[in-house]
Amino acid sequence: MNKILLIIQREYLARVKKKSFLVLTFLVPFLFVGMIALISYLAINQDAMGENKIVTVVDESGWFAGKLKNTANMQFVYEQGAFATVKETFTKPETESQFLLYIPASMTDVQLLGKKKPSALTTQSIEERINTVAQAHRLADAHIDSAVLAGVQKSVHLEVKQLTDKGEKDAHSVVTLIIGMLCAIIIYMSLFIYGVQVMRGVIEEKISRIIEVIISSVKPFQLMMGKIIGVGMVGLTQFLLWILLSVGLFYAAGPALMKSTMKSKTEQVKMVQGAAGDAAQTAAMTPQGDNEMGEVMRSLSNINVPYTVGCFLFYFLFGYLLYSAIFAAVGSAVDSETETQQFILPVTAPLVFTFMLAQSVIINNPDSSLSVWLSMIPFTSPIAMMIRLQFGVPMWQLAVSMGLLAGGFVFTVWVAGRIYRVGILMYGKKASYKELAKWFMYKE
Amino acid sequence: MLSIRNIVKQYAGQRALDNVSIEVEQGKVFGLLGPNGAGKTSLIRIINQITAPDSGEILMNGERLNQSHIEQIGYLPEERGLYKKMEIGEQILYLARLKGLSMDEAKKRARYWFERLEIQGWWNKKIEELSKGMQQKAQFVATVIHNPSLLILDEPFSGFDPVNAELIKNEILELNKQGTTIIFSTHRMESVEELCDSIALLNLSKKILDGKVKDIRNSYRNNTFNVEYEGTALYEGSHEPFTIVKSGKTDDLHHMTIRINEGYKINDVLQSLLPRVSVYKLEEVIPTMNEIFIQTVSKAR
Repeated sequence: MNKILLIIQREYLARVKKKSFLVLTFLVPFLFVGMIALISYLAINQDAMGENKIVTVVDESGWFAGKLKNTANMQFVYEQGAFATVKETFTKPETESQFLLYIPASMTDVQLLGKKKPSALTTQSIEERINTVAQAHRLADAHIDSAVLAGVQKSVHLEVKQLTDKGEKDAHSVVTLIIGMLCAIIIYMSLFIYGVQVMRGVIEEKISRIIEVIISSVKPFQLMMGKIIGVGMVGLTQFLLWILLSVGLFYAAGPALMKSTMKSKTEQVKMVQGAAGDAAQTAAMTPQGDNEMGEVMRSLSNINVPYTVGCFLFYFLFGYLLYSAIFAAVGSAVDSETETQQFILPVTAPLVFTFMLAQSVIINNPDSSLSVWLSMIPFTSPIAMMIRLQFGVPMWQLAVSMGLLAGGFVFTVWVAGRIYRVGILMYGKKASYKELAKWFMYKE
Repeated sequence: MLSIRNIVKQYAGQRALDNVSIEVEQGKVFGLLGPNGAGKTSLIRIINQITAPDSGEILMNGERLNQSHIEQIGYLPEERGLYKKMEIGEQILYLARLKGLSMDEAKKRARYWFERLEIQGWWNKKIEELSKGMQQKAQFVATVIHNPSLLILDEPFSGFDPVNAELIKNEILELNKQGTTIIFSTHRMESVEELCDSIALLNLSKKILDGKVKDIRNSYRNNTFNVEYEGTALYEGSHEPFTIVKSGKTDDLHHMTIRINEGYKINDVLQSLLPRVSVYKLEEVIPTMNEIFIQTVSKAR
């Protein structure tokens, strides 16, 4: 027992002390937060990032003169006179304007001509501006008060609740969906990342031939378990640091991020107001947005944190233990990492399969028999159950699933251990499945 | 010290060890010999409890081999290896502690051995930064650091240059003098004659020969002598008390290899020779371990 602790200690320290571990652990949160900051910054300022565009407008309808909203990088210039002549001057190279917008009196066949192909974004933003103006104009023609219309168009929002024995429970599916998916993704990724680390460790010991020295001191099973637990602890450490650092960074950089987001939000709102010339519509929108935000917050606070975290840790841990034991057996069976392909594919197939199903079948039908089965089978349950959990799972199902996973772990470790003890001493033998079965049958 | 009794080990239809019994005496150097694939490594792995025999048993100091014996055995495998990316000092400490030493004790002994083998300056270097010879020295330290009472060395001198091989050989002999029993597996027969007290020869998974080196060599004596003489050359073939097997001449001296015929003694040979030639030298040919090895193994085939 004491020797397992020694092995765990070595496996843990050898990995944690590596430069790549430190770099990855401390860089990822920065990258993560930085990426979010960059994305939101770009999303907000994408208009300003582009080059300045001048659009010449030939308006035969008389609806638009001066009404198309100018922005920092898009200005509208209105030309009187026939389309043909304007077009002629436009095509001359010295003309500054890049686009020519032709609006005939009929309002059909509105054309956008460009010296180069306009981007989808440009086209879309011009289209939106035309529509806003045209809509306002038509409403006025029909003598409809746009404030009344906004009131009519206000959409109904469904508040989702689940009735349980304990009374009403908030069942905001988007939030639960996101949390379930997030847990599933984390488990999926970490099974791969750390499982492969275990496999590499086994191969390293085999290639460097230190294996024979070590197993003359400890049992192969002790070495395998020590390695699996050691790497698992590295994984936990890494995740813990990632979470702590990310949260810390968000708190540190959050306010600045929020401010710039808010500022641009108000700008956008102002722009809409200006174009529509009507404050009522936007005024009607705001409370609804707030309402939704509040609901998200409410459902977040409604999540049973100990339950979710407890289940996550259980499935994370046992899923990892189960898969890393298989990875260890695979590592023991080969002489180099390039040979692992034939074994890795079938090993990881259930994981990949479940992960793909998770995004469609399970998330849409968490209580279908397929979903239930997937959340029971030990090889798929760590992912499937994390998704199902957010929709409420009967206690007995959870208990059976956990029991099966724990049992599956014990069984897999036993099988993997039997293959491992023979495999680590085999060199130059091309391991086939038949060979593995033979190793499994060997007596001590 | 170690008695190996009727060990059988089977690998997927292939017999690696067939009813092998060997006695290793306390404080002796024991040579485990045999061509490649004879079953030496299988036997060594069983002694190290890396694998278990299908049948038969091994007793160490009269006690059936068990986990507690692991700490009394030091093993240097033929294929050497250490963690490439781990610092050498740290690595030795780790391996020593796996053998049951405490941290303090491991540190003390590691320092002693590093100084003795003159590698103390390399404590913080990673294995991949060391020369091959240096790695071998580190591996040797890892093998002996826990003061094993039984040392199993599989081809210990491979990978060493002659100077370091001599150094390691002296360390092994020194340990043996202090009472460590040594099992020594090798193909290099000259080192067997030099080091081993007894040997066992394995071939095709069976033990085909064992005993004290001296006894074995004596038992392979076949009344053959080398003679150097001056005078008229003797013709090849039968002379009454002896037969000339081989003859030749270097410089002024003739030399020949003779076999004494049945019923005669060495004095009869001399009596026959002395009137005819002047004898310079006469010595018995005792077969080397190498010759015995080749002879026995090829006979078994």
